Amino acid sequence: MKENAIEVKNLTKKFGHFLAVDNISFTVEKGEIFGFLGANGAGKSTTIRMLCGLLSSTSGTAKVAGYDINNEVEKIKENIGYMSQKFSLYDDLTVEENIEFFGGIYKLKNKLLQDRKKWALETADLKGKENRLTKDLPGGWKQRLALSCALLHQPKIVFLDEPTGSVDPISRRNFWELINTLSEQHITIFVTTHYLDEAEYCNDIMLIHNGKIIAGGSPNELKTKYLTSPILQVECSDPLAALDILQNEIWVNEVSMFGNKLHLNINNEKKDTEFLKKLLNKNSIDIIKIGKIIPSLEDVFIHLIENNKKGGINAR
Amino acid sequence: MLVKIKPIFVKEIRQIMRDKLSLGILIFIPVFMLIMFGYALNFDVKHLSIGFYDEDNGKTSRDFINSFIHSEYFDNKYNAESSAELDKLMQEGKIVIGVIIPSVFSKDIIKGKTTSIQVLIDGSNSNTGSTALGYVNAVISNFSKDLLVKEVRKKVNMDMTEIIDYRPRIWYNPELKSVRFLILGLISLILLMSSVISTSLSIVKEKENNTIEQIIVSPIKPYELVIGKIVNYILIAIISTIFIFIAGYFLFGVEIKGNYFLLSLGILIYIGTCLGIGLLISSISETQQSAFMLSSIISLLPAFILSGFVFPIRNMPVAIQLITYIIPTRYFLVILRNIVLKGSGLISFWKDLLTMFFLALLFFGLNIIRLKKNKI
Repeated sequence: MKENAIEVKNLTKKFGHFLAVDNISFTVEKGEIFGFLGANGAGKSTTIRMLCGLLSSTSGTAKVAGYDINNEVEKIKENIGYMSQKFSLYDDLTVEENIEFFGGIYKLKNKLLQDRKKWALETADLKGKENRLTKDLPGGWKQRLALSCALLHQPKIVFLDEPTGSVDPISRRNFWELINTLSEQHITIFVTTHYLDEAEYCNDIMLIHNGKIIAGGSPNELKTKYLTSPILQVECSDPLAALDILQNEIWVNEVSMFGNKLHLNINNEKKDTEFLKKLLNKNSIDIIKIGKIIPSLEDVFIHLIENNKKGGINAR
Repeated sequence: MLVKIKPIFVKEIRQIMRDKLSLGILIFIPVFMLIMFGYALNFDVKHLSIGFYDEDNGKTSRDFINSFIHSEYFDNKYNAESSAELDKLMQEGKIVIGVIIPSVFSKDIIKGKTTSIQVLIDGSNSNTGSTALGYVNAVISNFSKDLLVKEVRKKVNMDMTEIIDYRPRIWYNPELKSVRFLILGLISLILLMSSVISTSLSIVKEKENNTIEQIIVSPIKPYELVIGKIVNYILIAIISTIFIFIAGYFLFGVEIKGNYFLLSLGILIYIGTCLGIGLLISSISETQQSAFMLSSIISLLPAFILSGFVFPIRNMPVAIQLITYIIPTRYFLVILRNIVLKGSGLISFWKDLLTMFFLALLFFGLNIIRLKKNKI
C-alpha cells in the first residue's frame, strides 16, 4: 500500500463571511506530482498557505508529512519546501549568497552546506554564475534558483504556488523537466497552476472551484470520467457569430473558443456534422473544417465549471 | 538561537554593504547634518542693529547711547535726524530696535525728574524681538540704577556701594552657545532616525518583496528574524553616534563631562525604545512608503517638536504636555544634558532613565504580542 504524504480532511477557511476554502478533503501519495488546479481566487493559494503553516485554518485538519497543521507547524516547516510565484529571493544578493542564506536558515552548516550549494548550482544550471546579482538574472533562471533554494534542506514535500506564472514557455518546459526529475527522487510535489497544459504533467489532479473540490483524478481519468459526451472542433469563417448562435442551441452543452476554433460539447448524437453545417450555412457562415476530437483538459474543465454553475443555479 | 540568527545577520550585512549609498547616508549624513545645523541653526541673538534719534543731544543722552553700544548685543549704530527717518530704517530692515530720546531728557535728569524715552522693536521675528526687548530692558535699568546711585551719593555725601552686587554666572554652557544644546538634540534625532526608519524600512522591504513568506515557512521564528536584523542597525546607530561625538568635540568643542558607562547605558536604552517603535511601525505598514511616512509622523516630528529640543515643554498646553510623556526623546535629552553638559551622576536623571526603560518594555511588549500571532 502506498503511503500518503498529505492528508486533508474537511479543511475550511473563512475570511469574514467569505468562504475561501469550503470543507475540502483529499490525499496526496508520496512521490507523486499533485496538481491543484483552479481559476484565480478559487482557493488554491489559501489551501497551500494553510498546508505550509502560513495561514491557520478555520476548521478541519490536515496532515503534512505526518504532522498536524493545527499544532505541529514547526515540525512541518522542517520537512517542506515552499516556492511562490514571486520567487522570494533577495535581488540585492548574489546567487551564492542567496543559497547560503536559505541554507543557513535551515541550519545547514560546513560540509553539508557546501555539498548542497554545489547541488543547487548544478540543479539550477547556474554554475559559473555564483557571483551574479539575482536581480540581473532572467526570469527562468530566477525560478530555477528559487526552486533549488526551496530544496536545499532536502524536504520530503515541496509546495509550488504557481511556479511558472511569470516565465517564458521554454523556461516553463525546462522547469517541468526538473520537477519530473525531483519526482523520480521520491519527493512529493504539490503544485498549483492555472495552465492546463501543465496539468498534463501531473500524476493526480484536483480541481477547485469557489473553494470546493469539483473533480479529481489522473488527467486521463478526468477526460474519460467527466466528459462522456463527444467534442466537436469547428473551424469556420465567422467564429464569433457561430458562437452566438450555438450558445442558444439546447443540444449544445458548452461552446467555447480555442484560438480561432470552436469546441462544442454536444449532448445529442443525432445532431451530427451535417446538421451543424446546415445550421451555420443558413446563417451564412462557411464551415472550413469540422471533426470529432479527443478532449483536452481544458475541455474537461470548462465542462466541469459550467456544470457547477448550472448546478448552483438549480440548487437555488 | 545564535546559530539561527547568524545567517540573517550575515545576509543583512551583505545587503547593507552592497548598498554603499544607503550605508553612507546612514553613517555620514548625521555628521553632515551636525555641521549644517551646528553652524547655520543658531538660536543666539547678538549684534542687533540699533538706531537712535537723539533730539536732546546732551552729555547724558550720549552716555545713554554709549551704554547700548558698549554691550556686545547691539551694534551698527544709525543716527537718525528725525523720528520719520527712524521709521524708515526699521521698515527697510536696517535696524531691529529704534530709540527716540526726547529733547527734555538731559534736563529732566538733572532736575531729578522722571523722564521717558520711546523704544521701537521690530516684532516681525517674535523670537529675536522678545530677546531684544530683554536686552533693552537690562541696559536701561542698569543706566537708571547708575544715575540713582550717583544722585544718592551726592545727596548723602557718603561712600555708598551697590546694595546687591549682581554678577550672574551661567553654568554648564557659560557662553550660552546653542550649538552645545543642539548637538545633543541632533544625536537623539539621528539615533531615532537610524533605528526607527532603518528598521521599519528593512522589515517592510521583506514584506514588499515577499521574501518574508519564504522565511516564515522556514523553521526561523519571526522574533529571530527581527533580532538578526536589528543587531545591524544598532551597530550602525552606535557608529554614527560615535562619529557625532567626535565631530562635536573637534568642531564645536562639546566635551562629554560625565560618565561614559552611564552615557552608553542611556544610549542603548534609547535605541531599544526607538527600535520598539520601528518594529511596531513595520508591523502595521505594508509598503516602504507608508513605513517612511509613519516613521516621520509618529517618531521624528514629535521628537523634534515635543521633546523639549526646540520648544520648552513647560510652555506647552497641558494636553500637549501629557503627550510628551510617551516621547522617549524627552527623557533621552534630559539624560544627555545631564551627562554631557553637566557631568552629573545617576541621581539627577535616574527617573528619566527608568521611564525610558519602561517605555522600551512597553513597545517591545506590544511587539511580542504581534509577533506571537506571526505578524511582522
